[in-house]
Amino acid sequence: MSLRRFTNGFMTALCALALLVALVPLVSLLWLVVSHGVKGLSLDFFTAIPAPVGETGGGVANAIAGTLYIVGIACAFGVPLGVGAGVYLAERGDSPLGDAIRFTAEVLSGVPSIVVGIVAYALVVLPMRRFSALAGGAALAVLMVPTLARSTEELVRLVPRSLREASLALGVPEWRTSLRVVLRTALGGIMTAILLAVARAAGETAPLLFTSLNNQYWNWRVDQPTASLTVQIFNYAVSPYQDWHDKAWSAALVLLLLVGTLSLAGRLLSRSRVR
Amino acid sequence: MTRPRAVEQTPAARANLPDRAWAAVLTVLGLAVLAVAAMIIAELLRVGGPALKHTGLIAFVGNSVWDVTRDVYGALPFIYGTLVTSGVALVLALPVSIGLALFLTEMAPARMRSIVSFPIALLAGIPSVVYGLWGLFVLVPILRNPIEPLLARTHLPIFTGAPIGLGYLAAGVVMAIMILPTITSIAIEVLQTVPGALREAALALGATRWEAIRIAVLPYARAGIVGATMLGLGRALGETMAVTMVIGNSPTIRASLFAPGYSLPAVIANEFAEASGDMQTGALAALGLLLFAVTVLLNIAARVLVRMSRRGPARVAA
Repeated sequence: MSLRRFTNGFMTALCALALLVALVPLVSLLWLVVSHGVKGLSLDFFTAIPAPVGETGGGVANAIAGTLYIVGIACAFGVPLGVGAGVYLAERGDSPLGDAIRFTAEVLSGVPSIVVGIVAYALVVLPMRRFSALAGGAALAVLMVPTLARSTEELVRLVPRSLREASLALGVPEWRTSLRVVLRTALGGIMTAILLAVARAAGETAPLLFTSLNNQYWNWRVDQPTASLTVQIFNYAVSPYQDWHDKAWSAALVLLLLVGTLSLAGRLLSRSRVR
Repeated sequence: MTRPRAVEQTPAARANLPDRAWAAVLTVLGLAVLAVAAMIIAELLRVGGPALKHTGLIAFVGNSVWDVTRDVYGALPFIYGTLVTSGVALVLALPVSIGLALFLTEMAPARMRSIVSFPIALLAGIPSVVYGLWGLFVLVPILRNPIEPLLARTHLPIFTGAPIGLGYLAAGVVMAIMILPTITSIAIEVLQTVPGALREAALALGATRWEAIRIAVLPYARAGIVGATMLGLGRALGETMAVTMVIGNSPTIRASLFAPGYSLPAVIANEFAEASGDMQTGALAALGLLLFAVTVLLNIAARVLVRMSRRGPARVAA
């Protein structure tokens, strides 16, 4: 009896310990990114482009802008496709075809992002013969679609049936019911899903390495290589210069703030709209 | 007052046209998901296929020499590195994830679960490159001294050689941290589907809480937990940036976990942009194809398992 009690207590303690073990790297990572990163933050860091090797100063303004630019391109393709596919799954997805699409979306969300980078390279970089913001955006768009489709479906399905039926009973055609009643009700949730997808896309590095590549200067052309915060962090981190290592930490802090703000905004939005 | 105007004014045929158009638009958008999947496969085959055919699948997978200058492409060191690091990650992450999931679903008060779900989501939301940065400048020095010298005292063949920090072990540890939230959140989802009656029956027979978990909860959730593990493994196999930054990038096969190695995603990340010629690009794309095939198969199997366990063994039997 006492052995059984002891085992029970011991296993409970082990499981509680798992919580601590999981939190240690999180706390360490957040603390170090903030403490290392905050030292390098200055007005220059947000407004200047990178300084040439050997010179101090300079910033990552073009990389911040580039990340937003590439993610914007990704949204232009990815959001309509992903949300649309999700609405399809919720509204007409109770069929073998719907099941196939749902399952494909689930499996696609597990495809490594670097593989998607290769596909964007083959589709955009090869025919255009140059690395470009468009290629990076295409890669991120492909990554957004499956997750957006799945979350949109769940959100649209949350809309009460009675609401749809009430609208149809009033003689509103199906398409207007879908758009003006069902989608409008689910809009807050869908905005949250989009913001979370954008946050994830902004943190991607691997699919950008050989699609949008990098750029030391400002670029607003769709067909030119474009800097991004994540690729810049990678290049700075693996460089041999201490000054660049410091910049990598600061850029990581900026990236975490960007991603965190987007996710937080998403969560706050869903809290205020859904409840 | 009278009948609804919409019905009176719009003839049925005209009302149907926009409806049908809407349905068609939705269906096209839904089919686009399938098109994206088909496009991924087609493009990988188009770019990677010729190189794969030229080398031959068996030689490509079985050869351990990767020499770009001589156009010799053997993927074995990368496959080996991917498997070893993922294995390390699973060994480290699995007990912690399952323990954490059990703690949150079976032991801790319900309020704690909602509080803890936030840091877990945070852990999942941190970009891979930031993990890499942390791994490179925080984890690797800690591994170099004191962890690796301590492990070396065990004299196990997997813990030999110079403790340089960069290598399979570092990559595995970073990966473990990254897949922890994946496995934990799916395991929680699976554990929550275990019917309360099973638990209560075990407790009523005098079982302690741990015994109830062991005899009633875990057997019911087994398939789902295996599925959660496979999804975690799928993420580990494809993990790129963090691994690239800490694995050491050396296309060799070593038994010791301290040694620097290479992985499939890491070599793609490092060489693709500067690939010289179609052969190297093709070989790298073939590595991507390999990675794609493995992760898709893993994901399919895992999803099936998770779905099965969501339905529960009872219904499968009935």
